Amino acid sequence: MIKLKKYWVCCAVLFLVLGLFGCASTANKAFQTDESQVQLRSIQTRAFDTSDKEKMMRTVISTMQDLDFIIEKADLTLGSVTGTKFTNNMVVTMTVTVRPRGEKQLLVRANAQYGIKSVEDPETYQDFFNALGKSIFLTAQKVD
Amino acid sequence: MKRIRVILSLSLVISLSLAVVGCVSAPKGFLKPGENSLEKRQLQMRQYDTADETKIITSVAGVLQDLSFTLDDSETKLGLVSASKKADAKDGGQIAGAILLDVLLGSNTLSQCDKNQMVKVSVITSPGLDGKSTVVRVTFQRIVWNMTNQISRLETINDPEIYQKFYDGLSRAIFLEAHKI
Repeated sequence: MIKLKKYWVCCAVLFLVLGLFGCASTANKAFQTDESQVQLRSIQTRAFDTSDKEKMMRTVISTMQDLDFIIEKADLTLGSVTGTKFTNNMVVTMTVTVRPRGEKQLLVRANAQYGIKSVEDPETYQDFFNALGKSIFLTAQKVD
Repeated sequence: MKRIRVILSLSLVISLSLAVVGCVSAPKGFLKPGENSLEKRQLQMRQYDTADETKIITSVAGVLQDLSFTLDDSETKLGLVSASKKADAKDGGQIAGAILLDVLLGSNTLSQCDKNQMVKVSVITSPGLDGKSTVVRVTFQRIVWNMTNQISRLETINDPEIYQKFYDGLSRAIFLEAHKI
């Protein structure tokens, strides 16, 4: 019987510890990333051999529409497009930025959030860049 | 001894499942084009025989106002107008059914009934490939709140009637016929 009690205490402590960890949320949780900054940048960025920013942005927008996004904001000067999509009763928000890289290339970077999670999975971004590459008839090149 | 083992394994399962819930991550494949993307294009896109994109986008803003949307953002250089609108989402049938259920079973279905909704829309215009036309694509989404003011549904609207209504208004505004893609 005593041994049993011990186990219960152990269980209770375990739960408390788990609970405490769960509640250790502070502002810096919003700034945490699982991948390193450099890795994340390379997952989210591709280079395209074109300097036509407007065409690229229009293609980004139409690709996002094909993926069921609503375009909420866009700015040609800033090169940014922000959209929202609903899937499985969850909100996916994504910002895509387009900026020049040298004279002949454009860098496209996508940041997606799924609910309250930042998406850091390379495959998901690859899906997006595949779709984008198909629409603009150019190959997305990985960057370092 | 047997009991302890059971308790131990139980607690292991519970803490494992807690850990799993804590680390739930986004499912894969949500940025892959769906199988019915062609159908969606047909539903959401129309082509107009004019290269005057500015005329179309101005009319789009007007049509959205006619449908009592408020404009949230726009970037005419990229052909974007986004807007939203709040509306009632109460459905007599749904409420009557819920009240009946509640009376019969003593449940609380009424609180799960739809109350309000917000419809969001984005319209994109782009020059047609032939240089003589303009393509318009509109997408509607909605957020529904239930009686307890919790979000109960997030969805893309796929009702052809709603899209047709928008394009009917746009065609009237620019005196041009819309061609399906």
